[in-house]
Amino acid sequence: MSAEVEEQEKKRELRSYIVGFVLAISLTALAFLVVAADLQTSTAYVVIGIAALAQVVVHFRFFLHISWQRSTRDDLQLILFTTLIIILMAGGTIWILNNLHHRMM
Amino acid sequence: MSTAARNRHPGINLGNTDPHTHAQAEETLFGFWVFLMSDLVLFALLFATYASMIGATDGGPGPKDVFELSSAAIETGVLLLSSLTMGMASIAMKYKEHPTRLYGWLGVTLLLGLVFLGLEAHDFVKMASEGATPQRSGWLSSFYALVSTHGLHVLAGCIWLTISIIQLAVFGLRSEVKLRIMRLSLFWHLLDVVWIFIFSVVYLGGLA
Amino acid sequence: MPTTEGWWPLLFGRLSYDALPFYSAIATAAASVVVLGAITVVALITYLGRWRWLWREWLTSLDHKKIGIMYVVIAMVMLSRAVVEGSMMRAQQAIALDNPGYLEPEHFAQLFSTHGSIMIFFMAMPFLTGIINFALPMQIGAREVSFPLLNSISLWLTAGGAGLMMVSLVIGKFSTGGWSGYPPYTDAAFNPGVGPDYWIFAVTLSSLASTMTGINIAVTIYKKRCGGMSPFRMPLFCWTSLCTSVLMIFALPPLTVATGLLALDRYVGTHFFTNDGGGNMMNFANLFWLFGHPEVYILILPAFGVYSQVISNFSSKILYGYDSLIIATMCIAVLSFTVWVHHFFTMGQSADLNAVFGIATMTIGIPTGVKIFDWILTMAWGRVRFTVPMIYSLAFMVLFTVGGLTGILLANPAIDFQVHNSVFLVAHFHNMLIPGLLYGMIAAYTYWFPKAFGFRLDEWWGRVACGCWITGFCLAFLPLYPLGLMGMPRRTQEFFEPAYLPYTIVAGVGALFLLAALASLVTQLVVSIRRREELAVPGGDPWNGRTLEWAIPCPAPEYNFAVLPIVDSRDAFHAYKEKGTAYLDHRFYSDIEMPKNSMTGVVFGIALAAASFGFVWHIWWLAVLGVLVAIAAPVARSFVLDTTRIIPAEEVRRDHEAWLARLRKLPPADRAVETTPQNRGLAEAAAA
Repeated sequence: MSAEVEEQEKKRELRSYIVGFVLAISLTALAFLVVAADLQTSTAYVVIGIAALAQVVVHFRFFLHISWQRSTRDDLQLILFTTLIIILMAGGTIWILNNLHHRMM
Repeated sequence: MSTAARNRHPGINLGNTDPHTHAQAEETLFGFWVFLMSDLVLFALLFATYASMIGATDGGPGPKDVFELSSAAIETGVLLLSSLTMGMASIAMKYKEHPTRLYGWLGVTLLLGLVFLGLEAHDFVKMASEGATPQRSGWLSSFYALVSTHGLHVLAGCIWLTISIIQLAVFGLRSEVKLRIMRLSLFWHLLDVVWIFIFSVVYLGGLA
Repeated sequence: MPTTEGWWPLLFGRLSYDALPFYSAIATAAASVVVLGAITVVALITYLGRWRWLWREWLTSLDHKKIGIMYVVIAMVMLSRAVVEGSMMRAQQAIALDNPGYLEPEHFAQLFSTHGSIMIFFMAMPFLTGIINFALPMQIGAREVSFPLLNSISLWLTAGGAGLMMVSLVIGKFSTGGWSGYPPYTDAAFNPGVGPDYWIFAVTLSSLASTMTGINIAVTIYKKRCGGMSPFRMPLFCWTSLCTSVLMIFALPPLTVATGLLALDRYVGTHFFTNDGGGNMMNFANLFWLFGHPEVYILILPAFGVYSQVISNFSSKILYGYDSLIIATMCIAVLSFTVWVHHFFTMGQSADLNAVFGIATMTIGIPTGVKIFDWILTMAWGRVRFTVPMIYSLAFMVLFTVGGLTGILLANPAIDFQVHNSVFLVAHFHNMLIPGLLYGMIAAYTYWFPKAFGFRLDEWWGRVACGCWITGFCLAFLPLYPLGLMGMPRRTQEFFEPAYLPYTIVAGVGALFLLAALASLVTQLVVSIRRREELAVPGGDPWNGRTLEWAIPCPAPEYNFAVLPIVDSRDAFHAYKEKGTAYLDHRFYSDIEMPKNSMTGVVFGIALAAASFGFVWHIWWLAVLGVLVAIAAPVARSFVLDTTRIIPAEEVRRDHEAWLARLRKLPPADRAVETTPQNRGLAEAAAA
């Protein structure tokens, strides 16, 4: 591989980290500002939630270099399966325990 | 065709800069990804436990009594910055920049990790002095369990960083060392992902 | 003796003379058996002068086959203890009508706790882990697992946990909270003793070990397959192992969280599962069964794989419905994450919620049913040979279906409310796990034993053991169904209802058969070792096998394959034999790189087990020291770069050609004589 191509690739990667960092810091700032500005609680929850999910995608995309377009998909499949399991487990736990809580009070 | 398309595995990689280690990394890094996912499930359950105990303050202090937005914001900033410096370290390693750069970025990352841990310890001490100890209520128990599990991971990352710096000095950029630093950077970035949920769910959710 | 002041608590924590089991004759006897057994083993090894050999060849080995065998040894030892414990409980219940019997209630509670914990965590898990470790790399044409050192660390963590269970028999009293360790039984307020701590640490060590094993096996299957071994050419055992390892990766963390938080409650005074301070003990049940249900499939799937291999092999046919079996296995694996509430239908959640999980539970019956039909159709029109593994498989198919049907009953919340906490449930899960797991593991042990040691197991004693396991299971557990419907609660130490008695007596007789089965297994091993010359199968293919592990010598060489195979079909070795290319001289051999031995695993496992003992008895210096050593061991290892050694191509060529020369002189054996000494491990099909 020529040094030139390598240099290009390096620039591309560097740019990816910087872009990711800027996006991440903006999303974080947005979430914190919403709370600092004392918005209505339910609105704040929605904004914080969306910002958090967006930031997770940013981290995976720009810091961990996981994307849709690569030829090998093992890592992506793994992450999606994990997401499914986490939704089942954490969602189920919260559902069950809230249901119990509700009925015991 | 871009060089990326020829990569044997996606995600953080060495690409064509070190084909031998790159081929080895396919198996090692995939294994580490699997471990990280298992670890993520562990965090997910601590989150679920926390979520189910939000109301369980047992008459003790609640989120609005003990959390401070500013300290959470500073911690978040420090950890996010350390993710960037870790990324810079990966680039310095991959493109064989001058070794002092790699040492420098790893050192800065370590420093930021330690600052984060110091801030968190300071928070805990302050909370405890106000009576918000883990023994006070179910909610506080679950708060401490979740946040300090993340803290312990950061501590493990700091130890790992220290060892990596030593190994760089002893062995130079051998492929074993490279593979370890690549896994370390995955670990570090993923801790930052977990922290996103901690500041969103625990701190911002509690204060909103 | 000063036990609460001065230097004693600093050095020995809360250990004292009272920890020794002299309060009860039975406990003393049990402890004596453990101590005498340990002394005998140590003395025997010393007498034979085999310590160095044991250390070099086995304990520090990173060879996946040896690690697998050591897992099976742990499983067999723990199986013996747990079968004896189960029989003691059945004996108690057989005489317990209006009679306190010979076991105190407290002691009875300890017995069902250790019996369950051992059977799941230190019999079933090591057994299936051992079998997967042993057979899987050979089946996919690999020389090693992906992470050999991690494999050794997992083994030694499991061994450490098993050791802790054995120590708990001698020093201190075990938990009385059952294998699931529910608070409040395991809460500090109810039981401040060491029992729950023993349970927490033994189970946590096993849990961490299984998580790491899962990662190792999954990555091995993903990345280490030989040329041409596409996923849909893998033997079915590899598929079920893959699904099991995925379950291990994702289902063990909830257990680690549950035991970890319970430990915090007990040691730090937090309020996760306490009755006061905002604790919620129902979350423990939730977390435990988030692990516990996938665990059921972790246990059963590898056995499904074994049955698929065995049935196809001994019906001399390719597996029927290969794709449907894979899809069914994957469905089971995913569905197993959606049903955990059926373990606590009666906890108080709403009927709607129960209905969702009840329906999800019933759907698991569908893929499982698919499998049973596939196995039946594999046998149909085949040439079925009734060897020991095949008899276990047949018994499994009949008995497991019965158990599955009672599972569908229990999946209905309305029925579950009627029979929950009765011995109906005990009958159900023993009905699933004895035919579904134990038979499969013993079948695998019998099937692959020649590959490990070079000789077959004695067929006659194998059949005796098999007959005893089947009879014993039927007598000991089928009566518990009617007994449960009659209302007998599980874990009953004494009862006052005369109608129960005939059934408990039959169950007691069944326990005698199970003890006989255990004794027959031991006898079989001893007899086989004595007859090893007669039973030797140096050809490597005693069962006219179909998959790659039978293409290599018995016992398998350290590097498995002299030259890595390239496959172009399912049942690759069978295809080679049909084409007459099973035993070729290779033209080119290359150097083979294998991992060097390492003591890191041994040090890590023993250090964490010692630390756990320190935590259990509040011996803080030992706890801290153990944890520090456990951290230092892998760090120190990371500074060692010279971790592999080379087996020269010339040595590989010499050994392989010697084996081929010997093989060509062996008399080919017809399948009709495969259980006789005429079987030297060369199938007639290959020689023709």
